[in-house]
Amino acid sequence: MKLLVPVKRVVDYNVKVRVKSDQTGVELAGVKMAMNPFDEIAIEEAVRLKEKGVATEIVVVSIGVAACQETIRTALAMGADRGILVETDASPEPLAVAKMLRALVAKEEPGLVIMGKQAIDDDMNATGQMLAALLGWPQGTFASKIAIEGDTATVTREVDGGLETVALTMPAIITADLRLNEPRYASLPNIMKARKKPIETVKPADLGVDPAPRLTTLKVVEPPTRVAGKKVGSVAELVGKLRTEAKVI
Amino acid sequence: MQVYKAPLRDMQFVMHELHNSAAHVAEIGQTDVTAELMDSVLEEAGKFATDILLPLNASGDEEGCRLENGVVRTPKGFVEAYKKFCEGGWGGLSSPTEYGGQGLPEILGKMVEEMQCSANLSFGLYPGLTHGATLALEGHGSEELKRRYLPKMIDGSWAGTMCLTEAHCGTDLGMMRTKATPHEDGSYRINGAKIFISAGEHDLTENIVHLVLARMDGAPRGIKGVSMFLVPKFVPSEDGRPGARNGVTCTAIEHKMGLKASATTQLYFDDAVGWLVGEPNRGMRAMFTMMNAERLSVGIQGLAVAETAYQSAAFYARDRIQGRALSGAKYPERAADPIIVHPDVRRSLMTVRAYVEGCRALSGWVATALDLESKAADPERRQEAEEFVAIMTPVVKALFTDLGFELSSMALQVYGGHGYIRDHGMEQLVRDARICMIYEGANGIQALDLVGRKMPAHMGRFLRQFFHPVQAFIETNSDDPKVLPLAKSFAALQQATAHLAQVSQKDPEEAGAAATDYLRLMGLVALGFMWAKSAKVAEAKLPHANGDAGFYKAKLTTAQFFADRLLPQTGALWGAIKAGKASMMELEEAAF
Repeated sequence: MKLLVPVKRVVDYNVKVRVKSDQTGVELAGVKMAMNPFDEIAIEEAVRLKEKGVATEIVVVSIGVAACQETIRTALAMGADRGILVETDASPEPLAVAKMLRALVAKEEPGLVIMGKQAIDDDMNATGQMLAALLGWPQGTFASKIAIEGDTATVTREVDGGLETVALTMPAIITADLRLNEPRYASLPNIMKARKKPIETVKPADLGVDPAPRLTTLKVVEPPTRVAGKKVGSVAELVGKLRTEAKVI
Repeated sequence: MQVYKAPLRDMQFVMHELHNSAAHVAEIGQTDVTAELMDSVLEEAGKFATDILLPLNASGDEEGCRLENGVVRTPKGFVEAYKKFCEGGWGGLSSPTEYGGQGLPEILGKMVEEMQCSANLSFGLYPGLTHGATLALEGHGSEELKRRYLPKMIDGSWAGTMCLTEAHCGTDLGMMRTKATPHEDGSYRINGAKIFISAGEHDLTENIVHLVLARMDGAPRGIKGVSMFLVPKFVPSEDGRPGARNGVTCTAIEHKMGLKASATTQLYFDDAVGWLVGEPNRGMRAMFTMMNAERLSVGIQGLAVAETAYQSAAFYARDRIQGRALSGAKYPERAADPIIVHPDVRRSLMTVRAYVEGCRALSGWVATALDLESKAADPERRQEAEEFVAIMTPVVKALFTDLGFELSSMALQVYGGHGYIRDHGMEQLVRDARICMIYEGANGIQALDLVGRKMPAHMGRFLRQFFHPVQAFIETNSDDPKVLPLAKSFAALQQATAHLAQVSQKDPEEAGAAATDYLRLMGLVALGFMWAKSAKVAEAKLPHANGDAGFYKAKLTTAQFFADRLLPQTGALWGAIKAGKASMMELEEAAF
């Protein structure tokens, strides 16, 4: 079975993001970039499935600027087999990304698409669901455990009330949550091997998709700075303030 | 709190921008080692250092090593971390591919080494010694020994040591007593006792390969009668797996000031089976291959600990609030200003930073020469590189490790009393850094090596490999006022060199009296050169740096600080050298 794993290049989670001075977005120039952590979990799961003999090939896809190659290389160093870069300078929205992935799914015919549940830059949490809808495939989102048997993928999902287990008939879409696994460190020999693995570059037009955003960003601003708290003298005063000032009870 | 994240941006600057890694890999025939590849290696190595090694640094210091029935137990977590280290393939980074290494350039290898030692110096020693032992074996061992031992040592499943010191001889190895007696099967039987053997016994690997210096029966007296032997803890059986236990036992481990998670052992060799490495009575030559590599690595250990001390002190200086800025409150909404507003705290932080970044730049330069020495196509380039490494080895070892201790102490000072108590880990850094000035040839010996051996060699030819590039840089940039302090310091170094060459011919004690100051003077000029070059690069890049402008501005400011506040020490050193030995040697011994 072939696995397709889309990965996104985002600002490294250690970096404190700053708003650009013209308020058009977040400053990316000279900022350390890395693979979206949820996608790293998806790659790790794919590699484990391959190590168990469930999967035979892992194809990793990234959509974005040329530097996304580095993100693909990271995935290859973790154990993916080959990469596809959909190169575009536009910053495509989830629907366009899902459409591009649909085109790649049609070409590659994977048995399973595993991806991060969301990207930490815009926290959209939409692409996996949209891709499932576009393909008409079953979806198991927020996966914390995956078991494959025959053509059924049993996915444990982290939902508000606890854990929900769903059985999906493959091909299917699974989106990875934080507790699915702990991604490995790429070993030095695998980093060396990764540079010999192939990366194919295509354009959105080759996939018949227009990547231009449909939404207009009016402005991006820093969240308001926190103001100092107040000390209250008694429980009664606290309740009073919650009722009259904060108006939460 | 010990704070460490690999300084990736600065390492990239040193490799790619300052020392032009693209041209460098072309010259050593490794164009497949792209900047992108080096960066991804650095990134993973950095994660490993911060996530796996750093959390074991303070706990390893607290717990230390234990000797139980001849077996040394490393602190909790070390076995698991070492296993991950081997799985990651980190031990073989720069080792030859024919024995399972990755054959990557030293300019990258030394950066990775720095990270490991920054995060956990004690841990770094185990693979560090193994690596040194593979170099000696590769350079001098028989094909049979190489085939049998190198792959296991490079993949980390077997460790290596170097066994030189005995209770009565450290610096003067000619007094050595350990004996080697030939056996009819071509092997030897080794008998004797060694002390201060780092990683001489531990639970990280299934076998330990000791490289032991010993005297063969009837060997010439003194250092010219010493040979090197390979003595495994378990003698490998025919299938290559560890077999019978050899006659090497750990009789004690030392109780040390620092570096507590590294087992420093006493070893007793009782009819242990060993094999000759290299030629008889040429053991020092073989051992020097290992020791030269180790000396550079020990220098980098000093730099590495200072980096962690810097990051920790910078973190604390921004966090700790105390007093108000002399120019008026900078953070009026808080009870006090963070101590980073105070000039004296800035002095400490800037001093540590300027030295650390300067040392990293210099270690990058020496690392390029290490690559050229073995891999350049042009034999003349190889020769030049070898001479450059020879002259810079004592400088890097002694300067970086003196600074490692001085700077860790300075960074501790930023913490005040909180640096002196154990909770923040600063006193551990100071204790750990202290050994680097002593082992692999005490720094006084390094200074003698520089002044007595390397400087006069071939009528001063080695020195040219350092002087000529500095001279050329100063001449090319004679119109740049920023280069003026370097020119002045370099002039002092030239004068001191000429002076020393003259006086030490008549009186070798003059050289001995000047050695340490001369080494520091040369080291400061080398750092000044690195800073002047770095400033040139940063200045050229700044106009189109975009988001990286902050990095280049900081480079320029730190370069200026180095020229303003640190490089002027060269004048004082030259003054001290000029004064000569008189007042140093005057007192009668009884007066001490």
